[in-house]
Amino acid sequence: MASALTSAFNKYMEMLGDQVVFTGQFARNIFRDGFEWGEFLRQCYIVGYRSIGLVAINGFIIGFVLTLQTHPTLKDFGAESYVPGMVAISIVREIGPVIIALICTGKIASSIGAELGSMKVTEQIAAMEVSSANPVQYLVVTRILACTIMVPLLTIMADALALVGGWVGVNIQEHVSAALFFRKSFHALEFSDLIPAVVKSFFFGYAIGFVGCFKGYHASRGTESVGRAANSAVVSASIWIIFIDAIAVQITNLVYY
Amino acid sequence: MNDTLVQEKAKQPAAEDDVVIRIEHLKKAFGDNEVLKDINLELHRGENIVVLGRSGQGKSVTIQCVAGLLEPDDGNLQVLGKEIKELPEEELKELRSKLGFLFQSGALYDSMTVRDNLLFPLTRVLKMKDEAEMEKRVQEALESVGLEEAIDKYPADLSGGMRKRVGLARTLILRPEIILYDEPTTGLDPITSREISELIVKLQEKYKTSSIIITHDMACARIVADRIVVMNDGEFIATGTYDELTKSPDELINNFFK
Repeated sequence: MASALTSAFNKYMEMLGDQVVFTGQFARNIFRDGFEWGEFLRQCYIVGYRSIGLVAINGFIIGFVLTLQTHPTLKDFGAESYVPGMVAISIVREIGPVIIALICTGKIASSIGAELGSMKVTEQIAAMEVSSANPVQYLVVTRILACTIMVPLLTIMADALALVGGWVGVNIQEHVSAALFFRKSFHALEFSDLIPAVVKSFFFGYAIGFVGCFKGYHASRGTESVGRAANSAVVSASIWIIFIDAIAVQITNLVYY
Repeated sequence: MNDTLVQEKAKQPAAEDDVVIRIEHLKKAFGDNEVLKDINLELHRGENIVVLGRSGQGKSVTIQCVAGLLEPDDGNLQVLGKEIKELPEEELKELRSKLGFLFQSGALYDSMTVRDNLLFPLTRVLKMKDEAEMEKRVQEALESVGLEEAIDKYPADLSGGMRKRVGLARTLILRPEIILYDEPTTGLDPITSREISELIVKLQEKYKTSSIIITHDMACARIVADRIVVMNDGEFIATGTYDELTKSPDELINNFFK
């Protein structure tokens, strides 16, 4: 029992060490000559543009459902005029960034983990290394930066669509004009709601890209490891996101309240 | 053609003073599994050495150590006169560009066309910018492996033999001095295997490369080898030409040539 625990602990520490080394390689290669602009833009297209549909539908439905769930309760207290503000604050501060990051984890981290894992298994990464090309610069830097930039943009888009969903949800039960709904929503929001949410989305994006690349790049040999890389990328990135969110809330509270 | 080729190649003397790879007492273990126990080998300029051995004896590990994909635990490894473990990163990078490696699967980049696969090392390693010159080199490399028509295809659209040829073209495009082949004919039908083996000899003559070829394919070994080394249990146990080894009294060696 004790030896199993020691072995598990050693394995965990080894993985942490690998992650530190991988972070160092990533950081060093960002500023190296020959940044892979073409591959970076291709990754922005894959990570960002190809996720728009999924994120848009989810964003809209989150706002719609949240409104439908809260409207009756607030109406009981005669406080239905607070629905737009409540929906806006909940979405922008917490629900939007976290749900969208988790959705992106399922779509993007798994895809990066599987792609790089498959490249590792079929020796494509080794082929880059042996020809003196730089696989970290080409594969890792581009993917992590694309995720870091595109996830916050997707989150902002989803937040906006969630407010539209909220307005549609309200209008199912009673008529509220768009102008009134959005005026009330934006009136309730402050920069202290928006800025921390956007900042933490950058960290969520980084975590998604980093974990996907790390798991794929360190896949062991065999096709089974490709599936394992994709799966563990999703699990680990989801945990990272919840963890980062918990820290972000503490920091936001310290700074603003 | 092949019998003549084999006889001519066997006659070629190796220049003793022109060693491009020198391996001395190389050791490599994975955990408790000691894969390479004591490997010693010299590859001379223009020479083709075939490494024979049963699966799991450490053949691929040996060339992966030479290519710098694995770090040896002990021993000396000199490539083109430079000790690998003493080289700083930039010099190691430069040295690697003179070393080609043909992977068993071809290891073509799935997301790129054949053209982009070949352009990749030109733009990243040689930092070439002249598009006309790059296109010329791509055409020349594909021409030398007889696959000009595949230039705009993706790896998924190619057969196993074509993938190996494109992999070879990608290796050759950097004009390496040494090429390491990891089972170049594995998984191919006998006719394609023979074509690949003949291509290896043809390209070696054209580009004056030196090669280490890992294979189980005796027909391939017969066509390409100037010298054969037999590996068993992490050590080289015999060396000689194809004809010399066929007459070996050692049963283990003899089994390969039956």
